[in-house]
Amino acid sequence: METTVANTGTEGKTWGGGNKPLKVSYGKMMMWFFILSDALTFSGFLAAYGFSRFKFIDSWPIADEVFNHFPFLHGVDAPMYYVALMTFILIFSSVTMVLAVDAGHQMKQKKVILYMFLTIIGGAIFVGSQAWEWKNFIKGEYGAVETKGGQILQFVDQEGHRVALHDIAIVNTHKDRAQHQSKNGVWYESEKALPTYTIEEIREGFAKKGNLLIRTQILTEKGEKTILSREESLKRLNTDAIGIVEGANLIHNEYGTPLFANFFFFITGFHGFHVLSGVVINIIIFFNVILGTYERRKNYEMVEKVGLYWHFVDLVWVFVFTFFYLV
Amino acid sequence: MGHDTAHHESNTKRIWYVFVLLSVVTIVEVILGIIKPAFLMETTVISMKLLNWIFIILTIYKAYYITWAFMHMEGETKGLRRAVVWTAVFLISYLIFILLTEGDYIYEVFKAGHKSWDF
Repeated sequence: METTVANTGTEGKTWGGGNKPLKVSYGKMMMWFFILSDALTFSGFLAAYGFSRFKFIDSWPIADEVFNHFPFLHGVDAPMYYVALMTFILIFSSVTMVLAVDAGHQMKQKKVILYMFLTIIGGAIFVGSQAWEWKNFIKGEYGAVETKGGQILQFVDQEGHRVALHDIAIVNTHKDRAQHQSKNGVWYESEKALPTYTIEEIREGFAKKGNLLIRTQILTEKGEKTILSREESLKRLNTDAIGIVEGANLIHNEYGTPLFANFFFFITGFHGFHVLSGVVINIIIFFNVILGTYERRKNYEMVEKVGLYWHFVDLVWVFVFTFFYLV
Repeated sequence: MGHDTAHHESNTKRIWYVFVLLSVVTIVEVILGIIKPAFLMETTVISMKLLNWIFIILTIYKAYYITWAFMHMEGETKGLRRAVVWTAVFLISYLIFILLTEGDYIYEVFKAGHKSWDF
Protein backbone atom coordinates (compact mmCIF):
# COMPACT_ATOMS: atom_id res chain seq x y z
CA MET A 1 0.00 0.00 0.00
CA GLU A 2 2.65 2.44 0.98
CA THR A 3 4.09 2.58 -2.48
CA THR A 4 0.81 3.85 -3.92
CA VAL A 5 0.58 6.81 -1.58
CA ALA A 6 2.19 10.01 -2.75
CA ASN A 7 4.73 11.39 -0.37
CA THR A 8 3.69 14.92 0.64
CA GLY A 9 6.54 15.68 2.95
CA THR A 10 4.17 16.65 5.74
CA GLU A 11 4.24 13.37 7.65
CA GLY A 12 4.51 13.89 11.36
CA LYS A 13 3.74 17.57 11.08
CA THR A 14 0.68 19.07 12.81
CA TRP A 15 -1.50 19.12 9.71
CA GLY A 16 0.08 16.09 8.14
CA GLY A 17 -2.74 13.80 9.16
CA GLY A 18 -2.66 10.69 11.27
CA ASN A 19 -2.10 12.43 14.58
CA LYS A 20 -4.64 13.24 17.28
CA PRO A 21 -4.31 16.86 18.37
CA LEU A 22 -6.90 16.43 21.15
CA LYS A 23 -5.29 13.16 22.30
CA VAL A 24 -8.61 11.39 22.76
CA SER A 25 -10.33 8.63 20.88
CA TYR A 26 -13.09 9.47 18.45
CA GLY A 27 -15.77 7.98 20.72
CA LYS A 28 -14.76 9.93 23.76
CA MET A 29 -14.50 13.19 21.87
CA MET A 30 -17.95 12.70 20.35
CA MET A 31 -19.35 11.88 23.78
CA TRP A 32 -18.01 15.24 24.95
CA PHE A 33 -19.60 17.06 22.03
CA PHE A 34 -22.89 15.23 22.59
CA ILE A 35 -22.76 16.29 26.23
CA LEU A 36 -22.09 19.87 25.16
CA SER A 37 -25.14 19.93 22.91
CA ASP A 38 -27.28 18.26 25.56
CA ALA A 39 -26.06 20.82 28.09
CA LEU A 40 -27.25 23.56 25.77
CA THR A 41 -30.67 21.91 25.53
CA PHE A 42 -30.97 21.80 29.30
CA SER A 43 -29.80 25.41 29.54
CA GLY A 44 -32.54 26.31 27.11
CA PHE A 45 -35.08 24.74 29.45
CA LEU A 46 -33.64 26.31 32.56
CA ALA A 47 -33.23 29.74 30.96
CA ALA A 48 -36.86 29.59 29.79
CA TYR A 49 -37.78 28.72 33.36
CA GLY A 50 -35.81 31.76 34.53
CA PHE A 51 -37.61 33.91 31.95
CA SER A 52 -41.03 32.87 33.26
CA ARG A 53 -39.89 33.20 36.82
CA PHE A 54 -38.75 36.79 36.22
CA LYS A 55 -41.98 37.49 34.38
CA PHE A 56 -43.98 36.39 37.44
CA ILE A 57 -41.36 37.37 40.00
CA ASP A 58 -43.93 38.52 42.57
CA SER A 59 -46.33 35.60 42.25
CA TRP A 60 -44.27 32.44 41.65
CA PRO A 61 -45.08 29.43 43.89
CA ILE A 62 -42.74 28.82 46.83
CA ALA A 63 -40.90 25.53 46.27
CA ASP A 64 -40.57 24.79 50.00
CA GLU A 65 -44.34 24.64 50.32
CA VAL A 66 -44.82 22.45 47.27
CA PHE A 67 -42.07 19.89 47.74
CA ASN A 68 -42.40 19.13 51.43
CA HIS A 69 -43.18 15.41 51.43
CA PHE A 70 -41.02 12.64 52.80
CA PRO A 71 -41.77 8.91 52.52
CA PHE A 72 -43.59 7.47 55.56
CA LEU A 73 -43.88 10.90 57.16
CA HIS A 74 -47.43 11.87 56.35
CA GLY A 75 -48.46 15.37 57.22
CA VAL A 76 -44.97 16.31 58.35
CA ASP A 77 -43.63 19.48 56.79
CA ALA A 78 -40.24 18.43 55.43
CA PRO A 79 -39.19 21.04 52.90
CA MET A 80 -36.57 19.78 50.48
CA TYR A 81 -35.26 16.95 52.65
CA TYR A 82 -36.30 14.37 50.11
CA VAL A 83 -34.84 16.25 47.14
CA ALA A 84 -31.63 16.69 49.11
CA LEU A 85 -31.58 12.93 49.70
CA MET A 86 -32.14 12.32 45.99
CA THR A 87 -29.24 14.65 45.23
CA PHE A 88 -27.02 12.62 47.54
CA ILE A 89 -28.05 9.37 45.93
CA LEU A 90 -27.20 10.75 42.50
CA ILE A 91 -23.87 12.22 43.62
CA PHE A 92 -23.01 8.93 45.28
CA SER A 93 -23.84 6.96 42.15
CA SER A 94 -21.53 9.35 40.32
CA VAL A 95 -18.80 8.44 42.81
CA THR A 96 -19.28 4.71 42.26
CA MET A 97 -19.22 5.35 38.52
CA VAL A 98 -15.90 7.18 38.69
CA LEU A 99 -14.58 4.37 40.92
CA ALA A 100 -15.63 1.90 38.21
CA VAL A 101 -13.75 3.95 35.61
CA ASP A 102 -10.74 4.04 37.91
CA ALA A 103 -10.87 0.26 38.42
CA GLY A 104 -11.20 -0.12 34.65
CA HIS A 105 -7.97 1.77 34.11
CA GLN A 106 -6.27 -0.80 36.32
CA MET A 107 -8.01 -3.67 34.50
CA LYS A 108 -9.72 -4.94 37.64
CA GLN A 109 -12.80 -6.61 36.25
CA LYS A 110 -14.33 -7.65 39.59
CA LYS A 111 -14.16 -4.14 40.97
CA VAL A 112 -15.65 -2.65 37.81
CA ILE A 113 -18.57 -5.07 38.11
CA LEU A 114 -19.20 -4.14 41.74
CA TYR A 115 -19.05 -0.39 41.17
CA MET A 116 -21.14 -0.48 38.00
CA PHE A 117 -23.74 -2.48 39.91
CA LEU A 118 -23.88 0.12 42.69
CA THR A 119 -24.18 2.87 40.10
CA ILE A 120 -27.16 1.17 38.46
CA ILE A 121 -28.86 0.68 41.85
CA GLY A 122 -28.32 4.37 42.69
CA GLY A 123 -29.76 5.44 39.35
CA ALA A 124 -32.79 3.19 39.78
CA ILE A 125 -33.48 4.59 43.27
CA PHE A 126 -33.24 8.10 41.87
CA VAL A 127 -35.71 7.43 39.05
CA GLY A 128 -38.09 5.82 41.55
CA SER A 129 -37.81 8.84 43.83
CA GLN A 130 -38.58 11.14 40.96
CA ALA A 131 -41.67 9.10 40.13
CA TRP A 132 -42.76 9.48 43.75
CA GLU A 133 -42.21 13.25 43.56
CA TRP A 134 -44.33 13.38 40.44
CA LYS A 135 -47.07 11.37 42.12
CA ASN A 136 -47.24 13.83 45.04
CA PHE A 137 -47.11 16.78 42.71
CA ILE A 138 -49.90 15.48 40.46
CA LYS A 139 -52.11 14.39 43.34
CA GLY A 140 -51.71 17.63 45.30
CA GLU A 141 -52.50 17.98 48.94
CA TYR A 142 -54.84 20.86 49.80
CA GLY A 143 -56.54 21.84 46.59
CA ALA A 144 -57.36 25.41 45.62
CA VAL A 145 -59.85 27.59 43.82
CA GLU A 146 -59.27 29.16 40.42
CA THR A 147 -60.57 32.57 39.46
CA LYS A 148 -61.87 33.92 36.16
CA GLY A 149 -58.46 35.41 35.47
CA GLY A 150 -56.72 32.08 36.07
CA GLN A 151 -55.35 33.06 39.48
CA ILE A 152 -55.09 30.46 42.23
CA LEU A 153 -56.68 31.14 45.63
CA GLN A 154 -55.64 28.88 48.51
CA PHE A 155 -57.27 28.50 51.91
CA VAL A 156 -55.62 29.09 55.27
CA ASP A 157 -56.77 29.35 58.86
CA GLN A 158 -56.05 32.22 61.24
CA GLU A 159 -52.53 30.95 61.95
CA GLY A 160 -51.72 30.78 58.27
CA HIS A 161 -51.78 26.97 58.07
CA ARG A 162 -53.16 25.55 54.86
CA VAL A 163 -56.66 24.08 54.90
CA ALA A 164 -57.70 21.39 52.46
CA LEU A 165 -60.83 21.56 50.32
CA HIS A 166 -62.36 18.48 51.96
CA ASP A 167 -62.27 20.28 55.30
CA ILE A 168 -64.17 23.22 53.85
CA ALA A 169 -66.76 21.84 51.48
CA ILE A 170 -70.29 21.22 52.69
CA VAL A 171 -71.57 18.64 50.26
CA ASN A 172 -75.17 18.90 49.25
CA THR A 173 -76.11 15.33 48.38
CA HIS A 174 -79.39 16.39 46.79
CA LYS A 175 -77.56 18.25 44.09
CA ASP A 176 -75.25 15.38 43.17
CA ARG A 177 -74.89 15.31 39.43
CA ALA A 178 -73.69 12.50 37.23
CA GLN A 179 -70.89 12.80 34.74
CA HIS A 180 -72.19 13.06 31.21
CA GLN A 181 -70.83 10.15 29.21
CA SER A 182 -70.73 9.72 25.46
CA LYS A 183 -73.05 6.70 25.54
CA ASN A 184 -75.87 8.84 26.98
CA GLY A 185 -75.89 11.67 24.50
CA VAL A 186 -77.31 12.06 21.07
CA TRP A 187 -74.09 13.60 19.86
CA TYR A 188 -71.86 11.13 21.65
CA GLU A 189 -70.05 13.84 23.49
CA SER A 190 -68.66 13.24 26.91
CA GLU A 191 -67.49 15.69 29.52
CA LYS A 192 -64.33 15.68 31.58
CA ALA A 193 -64.26 14.03 34.99
CA LEU A 194 -66.28 16.05 37.46
CA PRO A 195 -64.39 17.82 40.23
CA THR A 196 -64.73 16.40 43.73
CA TYR A 197 -66.55 19.50 44.94
CA THR A 198 -68.44 22.23 43.18
CA ILE A 199 -67.56 25.86 43.76
CA GLU A 200 -70.95 26.35 45.48
CA GLU A 201 -70.09 23.70 48.05
CA ILE A 202 -66.82 25.46 48.79
CA ARG A 203 -68.52 28.85 49.04
CA GLU A 204 -71.11 27.47 51.43
CA GLY A 205 -68.49 25.86 53.66
CA PHE A 206 -66.27 28.92 53.59
CA ALA A 207 -69.13 31.21 54.64
CA LYS A 208 -69.98 28.93 57.58
CA LYS A 209 -66.43 28.55 58.91
CA GLY A 210 -65.54 31.99 60.18
CA ASN A 211 -61.85 31.29 60.82
CA LEU A 212 -60.95 30.65 57.16
CA LEU A 213 -59.06 33.12 55.01
CA ILE A 214 -57.87 33.21 51.43
CA ARG A 215 -54.27 33.33 50.35
CA THR A 216 -53.46 34.78 46.91
CA GLN A 217 -50.52 34.11 44.60
CA ILE A 218 -49.01 37.54 45.21
CA LEU A 219 -45.86 37.54 47.31
CA THR A 220 -45.32 40.09 50.06
CA GLU A 221 -42.03 41.89 50.54
CA LYS A 222 -40.97 39.19 52.97
CA GLY A 223 -41.45 36.59 50.26
CA GLU A 224 -44.62 35.09 51.72
CA LYS A 225 -48.00 34.75 50.09
CA THR A 226 -50.51 37.55 50.75
CA ILE A 227 -53.37 36.62 53.09
CA LEU A 228 -56.59 38.53 52.55
CA SER A 229 -58.88 39.77 55.32
CA ARG A 230 -62.11 37.89 55.99
CA GLU A 231 -64.23 40.42 54.06
CA GLU A 232 -61.89 40.49 51.08
CA SER A 233 -61.71 36.69 51.13
CA LEU A 234 -65.49 36.36 50.97
CA LYS A 235 -65.65 38.92 48.19
CA ARG A 236 -63.01 37.21 46.06
CA LEU A 237 -64.53 33.80 46.56
CA ASN A 238 -68.04 34.94 45.73
CA THR A 239 -67.29 37.17 42.74
CA ASP A 240 -64.12 35.82 41.12
CA ALA A 241 -63.82 32.11 41.81
CA ILE A 242 -65.14 29.83 39.09
CA GLY A 243 -63.91 26.35 39.95
CA ILE A 244 -61.74 24.14 42.06
CA VAL A 245 -58.31 22.73 41.25
CA GLU A 246 -56.88 19.62 42.86
CA GLY A 247 -53.32 18.59 42.14
CA ALA A 248 -51.61 19.47 38.90
CA ASN A 249 -51.70 18.88 35.18
CA LEU A 250 -50.44 20.90 32.22
CA ILE A 251 -53.44 23.25 32.25
CA HIS A 252 -54.19 23.88 35.94
CA ASN A 253 -52.36 23.32 39.17
CA GLU A 254 -53.19 24.15 42.75
CA TYR A 255 -49.77 25.70 43.42
CA GLY A 256 -49.97 28.80 41.27
CA THR A 257 -49.27 29.79 37.70
CA PRO A 258 -49.74 26.94 35.18
CA LEU A 259 -46.20 27.53 33.92
CA PHE A 260 -44.84 26.27 37.23
CA ALA A 261 -46.27 22.79 36.68
CA ASN A 262 -45.36 22.85 32.99
CA PHE A 263 -41.72 23.55 33.74
CA PHE A 264 -41.72 21.02 36.56
CA PHE A 265 -42.97 18.29 34.25
CA PHE A 266 -40.72 19.21 31.33
CA ILE A 267 -37.47 19.84 33.17
CA THR A 268 -37.58 17.04 35.74
CA GLY A 269 -39.19 14.79 33.14
CA PHE A 270 -36.44 15.44 30.59
CA HIS A 271 -33.84 14.90 33.28
CA GLY A 272 -35.58 11.75 34.54
CA PHE A 273 -35.60 10.43 30.99
CA HIS A 274 -31.84 11.01 30.86
CA VAL A 275 -31.39 9.11 34.12
CA LEU A 276 -33.54 6.27 32.81
CA SER A 277 -31.58 6.02 29.55
CA GLY A 278 -28.36 6.30 31.56
CA VAL A 279 -29.44 3.33 33.69
CA VAL A 280 -30.28 1.31 30.58
CA ILE A 281 -26.92 2.11 28.95
CA ASN A 282 -25.14 1.31 32.22
CA ILE A 283 -26.90 -2.06 32.36
CA ILE A 284 -25.75 -2.88 28.82
CA ILE A 285 -22.14 -1.98 29.66
CA PHE A 286 -22.46 -3.83 32.98
CA PHE A 287 -23.28 -7.05 31.14
CA ASN A 288 -20.44 -6.43 28.70
CA VAL A 289 -18.08 -6.13 31.66
CA ILE A 290 -19.40 -9.38 33.15
CA LEU A 291 -19.00 -11.14 29.81
CA GLY A 292 -15.39 -9.96 29.71
CA THR A 293 -15.73 -7.95 26.50
CA TYR A 294 -13.39 -5.26 27.77
CA GLU A 295 -10.96 -7.79 29.25
CA ARG A 296 -10.53 -9.21 25.77
CA ARG A 297 -10.34 -5.70 24.34
CA LYS A 298 -7.71 -4.97 27.02
CA ASN A 299 -9.31 -1.59 27.44
CA TYR A 300 -12.19 -0.30 29.55
CA GLU A 301 -12.74 2.93 27.64
CA MET A 302 -16.39 2.08 27.05
CA VAL A 303 -16.97 2.29 30.81
CA GLU A 304 -15.31 5.68 30.74
CA LYS A 305 -17.63 6.90 27.97
CA VAL A 306 -20.86 5.86 29.70
CA GLY A 307 -19.31 7.30 32.84
CA LEU A 308 -19.06 10.67 31.13
CA TYR A 309 -22.76 10.50 30.29
CA TRP A 310 -23.64 9.46 33.83
CA HIS A 311 -21.67 12.32 35.38
CA PHE A 312 -23.38 14.69 33.00
CA VAL A 313 -26.78 13.54 34.27
CA ASP A 314 -25.55 14.29 37.79
CA LEU A 315 -24.21 17.66 36.65
CA VAL A 316 -27.58 18.64 35.21
CA TRP A 317 -29.34 17.59 38.41
CA VAL A 318 -27.10 19.91 40.43
CA PHE A 319 -28.47 22.80 38.37
CA VAL A 320 -32.08 21.59 38.38
CA PHE A 321 -31.86 21.20 42.16
CA THR A 322 -30.65 24.77 42.57
CA PHE A 323 -33.02 26.47 40.19
CA PHE A 324 -36.14 24.46 40.88
CA TYR A 325 -35.89 23.80 44.58
CA LEU A 326 -33.51 26.28 46.18
CA VAL A 327 -33.63 29.63 44.40
CA MET B 1 -6.39 6.80 25.42
CA GLY B 2 -3.07 5.21 24.52
CA HIS B 3 -1.26 7.40 27.00
CA ASP B 4 -3.68 6.32 29.69
CA THR B 5 -3.20 2.56 29.77
CA ALA B 6 0.53 2.54 30.29
CA HIS B 7 0.72 4.18 33.70
CA HIS B 8 -2.24 4.34 35.98
CA GLU B 9 -2.06 4.87 39.65
CA SER B 10 -5.33 4.83 41.53
CA ASN B 11 -7.17 8.10 42.04
CA THR B 12 -9.51 6.80 44.75
CA LYS B 13 -8.25 9.20 47.36
CA ARG B 14 -9.09 12.22 45.25
CA ILE B 15 -12.49 10.75 44.29
CA TRP B 16 -13.51 10.40 47.95
CA TYR B 17 -12.18 13.87 48.68
CA VAL B 18 -14.36 15.35 45.93
CA PHE B 19 -17.36 13.34 47.15
CA VAL B 20 -16.99 14.77 50.67
CA LEU B 21 -16.61 18.24 49.21
CA LEU B 22 -19.75 17.94 47.06
CA SER B 23 -21.72 16.53 50.00
CA VAL B 24 -20.67 19.34 52.31
CA VAL B 25 -21.62 21.97 49.74
CA THR B 26 -25.01 20.30 49.22
CA ILE B 27 -25.65 20.18 52.97
CA VAL B 28 -24.75 23.86 53.28
CA GLU B 29 -27.15 24.66 50.43
CA VAL B 30 -30.00 22.73 52.03
CA ILE B 31 -29.42 24.27 55.47
CA LEU B 32 -29.35 27.77 53.97
CA GLY B 33 -32.49 26.93 51.99
CA ILE B 34 -34.32 25.82 55.12
CA ILE B 35 -33.32 28.49 57.61
CA LYS B 36 -33.12 31.31 55.03
CA PRO B 37 -31.04 33.80 57.07
CA ALA B 38 -32.81 37.17 57.13
CA PHE B 39 -29.82 39.29 56.16
CA LEU B 40 -29.18 37.12 53.08
CA MET B 41 -32.84 37.40 52.07
CA GLU B 42 -32.93 41.17 52.50
CA THR B 43 -29.66 42.10 50.85
CA THR B 44 -30.01 42.50 47.12
CA VAL B 45 -27.02 42.33 44.79
CA ILE B 46 -27.59 43.12 41.09
CA SER B 47 -31.39 42.75 41.38
CA MET B 48 -31.22 39.33 43.06
CA LYS B 49 -31.21 38.21 46.68
CA LEU B 50 -27.76 37.54 48.11
CA LEU B 51 -28.95 34.06 49.13
CA ASN B 52 -29.73 33.21 45.51
CA TRP B 53 -26.28 34.41 44.45
CA ILE B 54 -24.74 32.13 47.07
CA PHE B 55 -26.77 29.18 45.74
CA ILE B 56 -25.69 29.88 42.18
CA ILE B 57 -22.02 30.29 43.07
CA LEU B 58 -22.05 27.06 45.11
CA THR B 59 -23.74 25.27 42.20
CA ILE B 60 -21.07 26.42 39.76
CA TYR B 61 -18.45 25.34 42.28
CA LYS B 62 -20.01 21.86 42.39
CA ALA B 63 -20.30 21.77 38.61
CA TYR B 64 -16.59 22.61 38.35
CA TYR B 65 -15.63 19.68 40.56
CA ILE B 66 -17.94 17.23 38.81
CA THR B 67 -16.56 18.22 35.41
CA TRP B 68 -12.91 18.50 36.39
CA ALA B 69 -12.55 15.57 38.80
CA PHE B 70 -15.31 13.09 37.93
CA MET B 71 -15.43 13.68 34.19
CA HIS B 72 -11.66 14.08 34.22
CA MET B 73 -11.67 17.31 32.26
CA GLU B 74 -8.45 18.28 34.03
CA GLY B 75 -6.66 15.51 32.17
CA GLU B 76 -7.85 16.49 28.69
CA THR B 77 -5.89 18.68 26.31
CA LYS B 78 -6.40 22.41 26.32
CA GLY B 79 -8.06 22.23 22.91
CA LEU B 80 -10.80 19.81 23.93
CA ARG B 81 -11.35 21.54 27.24
CA ARG B 82 -11.87 24.91 25.62
CA ALA B 83 -13.99 23.53 22.77
CA VAL B 84 -16.43 22.11 25.32
CA VAL B 85 -16.26 24.47 28.29
CA TRP B 86 -15.92 27.83 26.58
CA THR B 87 -18.67 27.05 24.08
CA ALA B 88 -21.06 26.17 26.89
CA VAL B 89 -20.08 29.04 29.16
CA PHE B 90 -20.38 31.79 26.56
CA LEU B 91 -23.57 30.57 24.88
CA ILE B 92 -25.34 29.91 28.17
CA SER B 93 -24.32 33.25 29.68
CA TYR B 94 -25.64 35.04 26.62
CA LEU B 95 -28.92 33.10 26.62
CA ILE B 96 -29.51 33.71 30.31
CA PHE B 97 -28.71 37.40 30.02
CA ILE B 98 -31.17 37.92 27.17
CA LEU B 99 -34.00 35.86 28.62
CA LEU B 100 -33.82 37.22 32.14
CA THR B 101 -33.68 40.81 30.88
CA GLU B 102 -36.73 40.18 28.71
CA GLY B 103 -38.56 38.42 31.54
CA ASP B 104 -37.98 41.39 33.80
CA TYR B 105 -39.20 43.75 31.08
CA ILE B 106 -42.44 41.80 30.68
CA TYR B 107 -42.91 41.87 34.45
CA GLU B 108 -42.69 45.66 34.34
CA VAL B 109 -45.20 45.79 31.48
CA PHE B 110 -47.63 43.61 33.44
CA LYS B 111 -47.21 45.73 36.53
CA ALA B 112 -47.34 49.17 34.94
CA GLY B 113 -49.92 48.38 32.27
CA HIS B 114 -53.54 49.44 32.51
CA LYS B 115 -54.80 45.91 32.17
CA SER B 116 -55.65 43.95 35.30
CA TRP B 117 -54.38 40.38 35.47
CA ASP B 118 -55.65 39.57 38.93
CA PHE B 119 -59.40 39.09 38.68
